[in-house]
Amino acid sequence: MNSRKWFVLVLMLMVIVGGTVSAQEPTELSLWYHGAGNEVERTILLQIIEDFNASQSNWVVALEEFPQQAYNESIVAAALSNTLPDIIDVDGPVMPNWAWSGYMQPLSLSEGALDDFLPGAIGTWNGEVYSVGLWDAAVAMYARRSVLEANNIRIPTLEEPWTLEEFDAALVALQGTGDFEYALDLGMAWTGEWYPYAFSPFLQSFGADMIDRSTYLTAEGVFNGEQAVAFGEWWQSLFERGLVPGTSQDGADRDTGFIDGRYALSWNGNWAAIPALEAIGDDLLFLPAPDLGNGSTIGAASWQFGVSANSENPEGANAFIEFAIQDEYLAAFSDGIGLIPATASAAALTENYAEGGPLAVFFELSAEQALIRPPTPGYVVMALVFEKALADIANGADVQDTLDAATDEINADIEANGGYGFGG
Amino acid sequence: MLGSSAKSPTKRHREPAFQRQEEITGWLMASPALFLILLFLIIPFIMAFLLAFTNQRLVSPNPTEFVGTRNFTDLLAFGTLTLEPIRDETTGAVVLDEDGNVEYPALRDYTRNNPDYPHLNGLRELVSWNFGETRHYLLAKDVVFVRALFNTLYFVLIIAPAQGGLALLLALLINQQLPGINIFRTIYFMPVVVSMVVVSILWRFIYDGENGLLNTLLSMISFGSAQPVDWLGNSSTAMPALMAMSIWQGVGFHMVIWLAGLQTIPGSLYEAASIDGANRWQKFRFVTWPGLRNTAIFVLVVITMQAFGLFTQVNVMTRGGPLDATQTIIFQAVERGYDKQDIAGGSAISVIFFMLVLLVTLIQRYLTRERNTA
Repeated sequence: MNSRKWFVLVLMLMVIVGGTVSAQEPTELSLWYHGAGNEVERTILLQIIEDFNASQSNWVVALEEFPQQAYNESIVAAALSNTLPDIIDVDGPVMPNWAWSGYMQPLSLSEGALDDFLPGAIGTWNGEVYSVGLWDAAVAMYARRSVLEANNIRIPTLEEPWTLEEFDAALVALQGTGDFEYALDLGMAWTGEWYPYAFSPFLQSFGADMIDRSTYLTAEGVFNGEQAVAFGEWWQSLFERGLVPGTSQDGADRDTGFIDGRYALSWNGNWAAIPALEAIGDDLLFLPAPDLGNGSTIGAASWQFGVSANSENPEGANAFIEFAIQDEYLAAFSDGIGLIPATASAAALTENYAEGGPLAVFFELSAEQALIRPPTPGYVVMALVFEKALADIANGADVQDTLDAATDEINADIEANGGYGFGG
Repeated sequence: MLGSSAKSPTKRHREPAFQRQEEITGWLMASPALFLILLFLIIPFIMAFLLAFTNQRLVSPNPTEFVGTRNFTDLLAFGTLTLEPIRDETTGAVVLDEDGNVEYPALRDYTRNNPDYPHLNGLRELVSWNFGETRHYLLAKDVVFVRALFNTLYFVLIIAPAQGGLALLLALLINQQLPGINIFRTIYFMPVVVSMVVVSILWRFIYDGENGLLNTLLSMISFGSAQPVDWLGNSSTAMPALMAMSIWQGVGFHMVIWLAGLQTIPGSLYEAASIDGANRWQKFRFVTWPGLRNTAIFVLVVITMQAFGLFTQVNVMTRGGPLDATQTIIFQAVERGYDKQDIAGGSAISVIFFMLVLLVTLIQRYLTRERNTA
């Protein structure tokens, strides 16, 4: 072996030894994130991590990203093999399931850190805060001012939303013009979480719900009661009367149908607002959810950050989360991917949600009407049962029978899980 | 083997050391495969069998408990109910609803918390029929699973003969020495190489109810008189649509197997048949078909097993809908075990699935056994 090779070998050894020595100082915190593949999200998140690492010398956060489809599975697998990272991000409605399963520990942020946050951005389970989101999402009824005015349809406001009769009459009138394939696009193509997120507010607006929120132990009389059946009958009639596209709607039609003018109205999230605004401009309206009898609500809670149960450095993990929920980062995410910033002060810093901004209405919707999906570990199953029930009713199944079956399935699941920690 | 060697001591005596060594080498060489089969097939199967008798969840802080056969009875509980029409209390006449149909008491009054009918609690209508004025119900606890069971059998019953037959037809067509025949062979085989997920997504576009390729084509060749059909959105067309697409995707594979079988039949047999004056049908019936006997059994068994495992198409294209028209056993096992976090329920379905496939395979073996014609 010649001297040059020796030199290289020694150098390598030095690097290895030196590396381990220097890594001993700040403790590494691992962070798992669901947004692999999204360049903008990655850039913003890396900026936060870099700023955090530079702001103190105790901890270094390392990011690991997963594609969204595989994220929940990865967390479950990691939990089973006891290799969870320190900081995880979690979809709001799933959080209670993970907290109950013992994957997460409550946050210990400083007093008042979440005071100004939108209610939907705070994840609470069993009276303790487990997760917090940098943003929330909201849905609205997309409409064209010119179309509504041409058909003498009142433009609703937050204070005075459409009533059931008004809303239904508007749909019939719009369908009657013959200018549109369908009066309203509900987004039936988006199977999965969209159904409970977007449609359970209609059920709640009828005065029903997926589960009795006073006990979280039964859906009997709530998901199959009188109001729920009234909702189901109305829901089915939307499809029977051909006012909305059915469950076999193509995803591409969902994306472009309203912009192309084939659908008169569209029930859609704030994430679709920017392309719609670019295509339609000032004529575009974001209308609040109709009041179907029991007040208007929309869904809430998006992806949030939390600390894993077996993190050895919860202090550092909490410090990172507290660092990340500063207004400037909330605003950065909002500007980057169009989400609703979680505080009013952050909203003021953004392009779209500042007062007078084109999407400011979504911030109001979120603040005024948001009702989170049932915060119980059983939500994961409930969401699937709800999705199937609504799809079946849309396809013509008997409303009472379908809701009875859904209620039974939800109750059987709660029973099989010993009440999911409710009711002692 | 053990029995026979015990009976013939001379043979045992002649077994030299090198033969035993060869045996050991054989086992050693097979061991990686055996290990993997044990790890990924046999152990999971035993686990599924055991878990099916517990209340194991995918994630849960609660301890696992033995629950006996509850998972199976939840899946396969049935009941019957006969209802008399509602009669007017004074006149005794049958009450009619607005549309002039005979009215019956609501089924849910019997199946939901009715202390007089505890055995019907939680059951749902599977089918109902009228016999005279009385109405008969067949009820099931898990209607979705029973539908999945029947849908899977229906799928197998159509797919096995249709796919096997079509594959044979294609094999006969391309088993000719024509210029460019390889192009056809490639075209027929191509769908097999493409991932089922990709094929499913493509066919979802083809079947689109508003502006899909199939509807456009039908409207074109019928000069606009054919109304667009929502193939996957309609509970009567969804399953046939899946079948057609599955046959198209899988037919090439079995065509190749038939082709291999065809090419083992010696040409001299056909020559002899020609000399005897046999026509084309007779050649097929008395030379080709007997020569394909073993191939036919193989193709049939493979198609049957593949068809029982119907999952990908359903998962990508219909998710079991509309109205459970495309629910299948495997789709239910995955949905329950994974999505609904009920590992025990999913395991119970897997066990039922195993029994079913075993039974069908045994029946097939029996029907296609070697018969002594002598």
